[in-house]
Amino acid sequence: MIIYEYLSELFGSSVLASVIQSLFPLIFLIPFALFAVWLERKVSAFMQDRIGPNRVGKHGWLQTVADILKLIQKEDITAANADKPLFNIAPVLVFAGSYLAFAAIPFSSAYIGSSIDLGLLFIVAASGFVVAGILMGGWASNNKYSLLGAVRSAAQVVSYEIPTVLVILSVVMLTGSLSLYELSEMQTSSIHNWILFGGNAPLLQKILLIPFMFIGFIILYISSLAEVNRTPFDIPEAESELVAGFHTEYSGMKFAMFFLAEYANMFAVSAIVSAIFLGGYQSPFGYLGNTLGLSWLVPIEQFLWFSAKGLFFVFVQMWLRWTLPRLRVDQLMALCWKYLIPIAFVNLLIIGLIVLIKI
Amino acid sequence: MSDYSNLKTEEMVLNMGPQHPSTHGVLRLEIKLDGELIVEVKPHVGYLHRCFEKHCEAMTYPQIVPYVDRMDYLASMSNELGYAIAVERLMGIQVPERVEYIRVIMAELQRIASHMVALGTYGLDIGAFTPFLYLFADRERILSIFEETCGARLLYNYIWVGGLSHDLHPDFIRKAKEFVTYFRPKITELNNLLSYNKIFIERTANVGILPIETAINYGMTGPNLRASGLKWDLRRDDPYSIYDKFEFDIPIGKGWVGTLGDCWDRYFVRVLEMEQSLNILDQALAQIPEGDVTSAIPKRIKPAEGQIYTRVENPRGELGYFIVSKGGLQPHRVKVRPPSFISLGLMNELCKGHLVADVIAILGSIDIVLGEVDR
Repeated sequence: MIIYEYLSELFGSSVLASVIQSLFPLIFLIPFALFAVWLERKVSAFMQDRIGPNRVGKHGWLQTVADILKLIQKEDITAANADKPLFNIAPVLVFAGSYLAFAAIPFSSAYIGSSIDLGLLFIVAASGFVVAGILMGGWASNNKYSLLGAVRSAAQVVSYEIPTVLVILSVVMLTGSLSLYELSEMQTSSIHNWILFGGNAPLLQKILLIPFMFIGFIILYISSLAEVNRTPFDIPEAESELVAGFHTEYSGMKFAMFFLAEYANMFAVSAIVSAIFLGGYQSPFGYLGNTLGLSWLVPIEQFLWFSAKGLFFVFVQMWLRWTLPRLRVDQLMALCWKYLIPIAFVNLLIIGLIVLIKI
Repeated sequence: MSDYSNLKTEEMVLNMGPQHPSTHGVLRLEIKLDGELIVEVKPHVGYLHRCFEKHCEAMTYPQIVPYVDRMDYLASMSNELGYAIAVERLMGIQVPERVEYIRVIMAELQRIASHMVALGTYGLDIGAFTPFLYLFADRERILSIFEETCGARLLYNYIWVGGLSHDLHPDFIRKAKEFVTYFRPKITELNNLLSYNKIFIERTANVGILPIETAINYGMTGPNLRASGLKWDLRRDDPYSIYDKFEFDIPIGKGWVGTLGDCWDRYFVRVLEMEQSLNILDQALAQIPEGDVTSAIPKRIKPAEGQIYTRVENPRGELGYFIVSKGGLQPHRVKVRPPSFISLGLMNELCKGHLVADVIAILGSIDIVLGEVDR
């Protein structure tokens, strides 16, 4: 918010300010993706009793830079008989879809891409955009494995949006707001104001709400895993069945785009989960900046807290990936339709009742 | 309700392999799909065909041993054992006691190593990456033991007709015992990590059920047959070498988490077999006598005219050798009964009506090695 106002004053135009501001998440995302890929390798190596990358740079932390340089040099192959325009647009669309979500994610009280009132709804809609890209890529590749992967992905993402939305609804009933910025501001000052612990509700109501909020939190995290196609739900790109799923035919930078989009998405859903339930950018302990009387320090602290929470959930995603096997596509659907949606529904009802009776 | 019966649907042919991450080598499966349901699976083999059987007719008996290694390259020692026994029976050679013990120790270590690959790659097929690397790290210990014994890690040329290429090195017994004590708890670890994992059970229980009659009709052997509930193990039912001296159980499938003879049973029978191999190793390592290992090797291996069929229990099932001798230095005909090839013949039967993802689960559970399928 502050940054946007500053930019509009500097350029004297709100349009220019918006355009420049929209590039900020990219500055965050690219180093994040480089770091996360390195982290993924190191985490997997640690879990599997291996060493992991250790040649390029200290502890191999330049490995991903080297990989990107390699991918840039790779020949850009378009499969024979592929639908060229769709084939070329698909990776851009997938990345755009995951980048779109960052518009409504509040990184700190000083920065939020677009503080629209319907931020949460916007994010849910934006994640649907990714499916279009995946379907396009799978179809245009003219490869049966890609097509199967794409169709599975579409079915998976669409199904898992339902429990996501149901959980979001139950949170909205409690807070009365769909704006992530407002949600984060509500959860200020202390850990027990987090929505996971009932938010700002009165004490008795809070105690009643806590178990149901935990259920909601777990459902949201599981379905967010499915939405970003991570193990145990990595069925669209199930390596042992579908080779690489919808991006089997992609190489070079187009492949890198899919890769970047995956890691962007991983952070996006982690950020959303922490923004909805775990206080967003709010510190659980209060701010150093407030204690020292340095007000400019607070937004920076908030940004660090936000990244830390996001990274923690990204780490949990990696942890799960290297521990669990993969579900089958019908079991995945069964999990969603037979368990998550009914539980989310009942959860929604109960939370609604608790909020309604206002103990 | 509208009538959909006049809508035309088409079957899709999906070509899996020969370059696919989960076909365990260069196998090509032609899969007919109705949506994601399997109508028919046709395995196409021969990408790794090396004319082993024809080749044998132009080589002397000892020259064949290294070629035998290359059939089931995950169980070379067991292949050599079968071949050596076949030729010895053809010639009527009695090998010294120490040789028998060493052969059994090697074959059982090899069985554990082979099952480790089978179980690890099976986890990989289901999507669990980590157990695979744990098992491969442990398999490395067995391979180092083999390497110290005969210099090779995969294709040993160690068990010769009438004896062994050379004796054990002095540290062998200690290292092998160390491995046995080290590996026992690792089996429990594997069970906790993979076998009892809920998702793993979901994926493998009640999938690819093989009824015992079908298994027998198709000639299925080894762990795949035992998982369907038949207690049939050549080490006990048609003893060769000195297996009658050891006490061990023959684990059979019980339908622990699903139906008898499903993928999980086939997986778990292998886990239990590793334990039994450890038991045999315990006994063999404690009883091993001193002696010479090369004394019974004939100067010239030239069997009299005749023919023989012998079979041994390989990690993948019953490996049979049919050798016809016309009295020369070279066999007239060598025919191998490859267990993997016969297991692969059941793919269509097992896969019908399942989903694409199950093909991978079933193929992994019957544990084939393409080097043996194609020879």
